[in-house]
Amino acid sequence: MKLAALVRRDLLLAYRRRGDVATPVIFFVMVTALFPLALSPEPALLRTLAPGVIWVAALLAGLIGQGSLFKSDYEDGTLEQLLLSPVSLELVALLRVLTHWLVTGLPLVILSPLMAMLLFYPASAMGMLIASLLLGTPVLSLLGAVGAALTVGLRRSGLLLPILILPLTVPVLIFGARATALASQGEPVAAPLYLLAAMLVLALTLAPFAIAAGLRVSLES
Amino acid sequence: MTASATVPLSLSVQQLEIWRGDRCLCRDLTFQLAAGAAIHVQGPNGCGKTTLIRVLTGLGRADDGEVRWCGYLREEDKADYRAAIAYVGHGNGVKLGLTPRENIEVAIALLAQSTPVAVDPVLVRVGLERQADLPCGMLSMGQRRRTALARLLLGYVPLWFLDEPLTSLDTAGVSLITGMLKQHLAGGGLAVFASHQPLDLRPFPVQSLILGAAA
Repeated sequence: MKLAALVRRDLLLAYRRRGDVATPVIFFVMVTALFPLALSPEPALLRTLAPGVIWVAALLAGLIGQGSLFKSDYEDGTLEQLLLSPVSLELVALLRVLTHWLVTGLPLVILSPLMAMLLFYPASAMGMLIASLLLGTPVLSLLGAVGAALTVGLRRSGLLLPILILPLTVPVLIFGARATALASQGEPVAAPLYLLAAMLVLALTLAPFAIAAGLRVSLES
Repeated sequence: MTASATVPLSLSVQQLEIWRGDRCLCRDLTFQLAAGAAIHVQGPNGCGKTTLIRVLTGLGRADDGEVRWCGYLREEDKADYRAAIAYVGHGNGVKLGLTPRENIEVAIALLAQSTPVAVDPVLVRVGLERQADLPCGMLSMGQRRRTALARLLLGYVPLWFLDEPLTSLDTAGVSLITGMLKQHLAGGGLAVFASHQPLDLRPFPVQSLILGAAA
């Protein structure tokens, strides 16, 4: 019940700043929509490129706004209150990331079939595209949150976060794009999807501890 | 709160040593605070008042020494200590996108106790009943400060840490704080506050703790 109040707070704040919150989704739509214009209208070429384009766009869109995940809480002192409260910081951090994914990641996943159609991605493989994004984007959010927690106390940390986080996101990118590509060729996608699922389980289990530790270190000075 | 039920409330600090960079903010700092008493931390700007209070809350790290709550080392039961303290610092911990009412509801969720708290009387007490449903971003600094102070009124938390509580408050706000502190001490609470202005808390005992500039 206590945690429900915190989730409600995050959703309410997201709703009141819906312009900012929508930025990653708009970025994702713009990038994927510009590719067919810049490359060629050739369906065969676009179909081969579609998995890569969608996944790179989703990854970069996820990075936008990640840096501010804890920034405002850090600046206005809310983070200190969270740290001092008897509520588990790990749990609060996990809920914050999941709420953030719900308002930025999930709309992106929902819009992805539309953008995939622009890239002539086969309709029969749409289910697998959605499945791979549903498994992969929360991992990206959790990894990004670890970086955000570590850099929250730094001024001008704009580029530091992507540099810290991008290497860690590469496996998700590889297996996500691979699953999407295999699906479009009608091949079995179980292996990369299972790997994505394993990464999600690992990230859900370990990232909250890393995020909480990062926040504690950031607030110590 | 289990420890506080049997043992009298007390905060005891022994030989606390805090360094920030190559500067020693305090060394061999030892003091005792009993129920119903307060400590007024004083000193020039930059002498480490905020750092000391953050160390006492557990947010900051001390280089040496120990902090005991009711005789127990605070590290022994972090959750118990966190449930026993309230902190109002320079950052108000007030979300500008939320109204005072919503901010207070979040603060209630972060309390250790699970008894329901009526928000309206608290809003009246801090003088925000008419602004209760305006986003805090539209309120003045003093009104935001009052929203932060409302956290102290949500339930009984024995140990208060207030860092410059008077910042941006008007005279009515100052007497609000004085009243809140007196009521808290009368109820057997403890308080540590840093402030440049004197606070008249008579008849309650207030020790002065003066931190020197660069020791």
